[in-house]
Amino acid sequence: MSEKVLMKGNEAIAEAAIRAGCRHYFGYPITPQTEIAAYMAKKMPKIGGTFLQAESEIAAINMVYGVSSAGLRVMTSSSSPGVSLKGEGLSYLAGADLPALIVNVQRGGPGLGGIQPSQSDYFQATRGGGHGDYHMIVLAPASVQEMAELTVKGFELADQYRLTSMILADGTMGQMMEPVALDDLTVAPMPEKPWATTGTGMKRPHNIVNSLFLQPEELEKFNFERYERYAKIEANEARFEEYRMDDAEICVAAFGIAARVSKNAIDEARKQGVKAGLIRPITLWPFPKAPFRRAAEHVKAMISVELSMGQMIEDVRLASECRVPVSLCNRAGGMIPSPDQVLEAILGAAKGGN
Amino acid sequence: MKTTQFLFSGFGGQGILFAGKFLAYKGLIEGKQVSWLPSYGPEMRGGTASCSVIVSDGAVGSPIVSKPDVLVAMNLPSLDRFESSVVPGGMIFADSTLIERRTARDDVKAFYVPATKLASDNGYPTLANMILLGKILAELGEFSGEGVEAALAKVISAKHADMKEVNLNALRLGAAQ
Repeated sequence: MSEKVLMKGNEAIAEAAIRAGCRHYFGYPITPQTEIAAYMAKKMPKIGGTFLQAESEIAAINMVYGVSSAGLRVMTSSSSPGVSLKGEGLSYLAGADLPALIVNVQRGGPGLGGIQPSQSDYFQATRGGGHGDYHMIVLAPASVQEMAELTVKGFELADQYRLTSMILADGTMGQMMEPVALDDLTVAPMPEKPWATTGTGMKRPHNIVNSLFLQPEELEKFNFERYERYAKIEANEARFEEYRMDDAEICVAAFGIAARVSKNAIDEARKQGVKAGLIRPITLWPFPKAPFRRAAEHVKAMISVELSMGQMIEDVRLASECRVPVSLCNRAGGMIPSPDQVLEAILGAAKGGN
Repeated sequence: MKTTQFLFSGFGGQGILFAGKFLAYKGLIEGKQVSWLPSYGPEMRGGTASCSVIVSDGAVGSPIVSKPDVLVAMNLPSLDRFESSVVPGGMIFADSTLIERRTARDDVKAFYVPATKLASDNGYPTLANMILLGKILAELGEFSGEGVEAALAKVISAKHADMKEVNLNALRLGAAQ
């Protein structure tokens, strides 16, 4: 085990990205993720990389498109309203099958909203974020160590499957400090990118990176091919953690900070004699359906704990095929459920109420 | 499993976040699980800073401290806001230079240290935070831990290495109160 250092979640993302070989960062400041840009501004010039504060979020995502077209690891980061601005670019990246890493350290919405933690961009992230048929791989860290690990994983999956990965964190994850073992991070070699626009050397036909296809037959073909890749991702890349689920009668579903709060509540519920457990999706897309389908065979009820008005709950219902009642335990607008609130929901569900 | 939840609160500039970071590093060095979470919201922009620190023998669940075992109040608004949240049997440490009243709680242990006055009388006016922290470590029986000096080395950058001794003196002064 390597030496552990205390780092903010935002800094851990930035450092992990550099270790994963990312040498190009484009962004625009917004609370609560500005430490990512600040870290990159300090480090990139020293290692021959590029840090550029773009004139807007829209400019930043299009710079990402450019660098990715050249076959290099590249990222941008923002928080909720800024990610909405990037929506067009996310769709273009998908249409051109370009890998990239996008970080959303969520804050309360809608609109300019507030600056406190939120998970209310779940729909936006897991359903693509922009127009058209597409998905991003969405990774939801629940510790600073995972902020680092999933950043590396995000780059690797993006390159492997030629699509955008998103880290969907929140203000708490970005701002908190925890011990991180950075030297434990392993980075797989970057795959060949024969499609990159790096010059033909007069030895091959031109590579073209493009998302405009005016012939519907052609455009349809690319959509179907892309969804074949998505099917492989759904089959192979769903990740989750189960906590005290073996004999659980009440199943809590929560990701990120909500999962941390839920663990406290689950431990307390068990002290009070109620067998509760947690399924924590680590990938939000692909959503880990299997553990919920399994749990639906032996639990009495499920509770989706979210910092939103109830978004992941739809995937929990779909994955459990509505075999058991699923209720919502939530706060919104930048507020965080307390362990007591989650405990009350667990005890209520155990009694059969909803 | 022993878990101690600390809540530090005061004005921006009093070194609330620094004191919390020191404590988190001390725990890390001594092999504990730790978390540190600052307030970064609108209340901070209004001049009040707080931070949650958890030091535990096991995994840390929620990093948000809503029921502190130890409350450190460095100004009156902090005591007003958080004293009712301290767990029964918990501890309150207050800077009595800036807080004139006593806590209304009779089910907690309260310690009143004139940290701001001690700091300025002894020539390090910016270290009231470390004086309070020294008192806390002494009361928790953790001052002698190997982590104190090692943690100072972690939170004080090499550029300001000369501040290490001064901070250690402030911690010792607090511990002697």
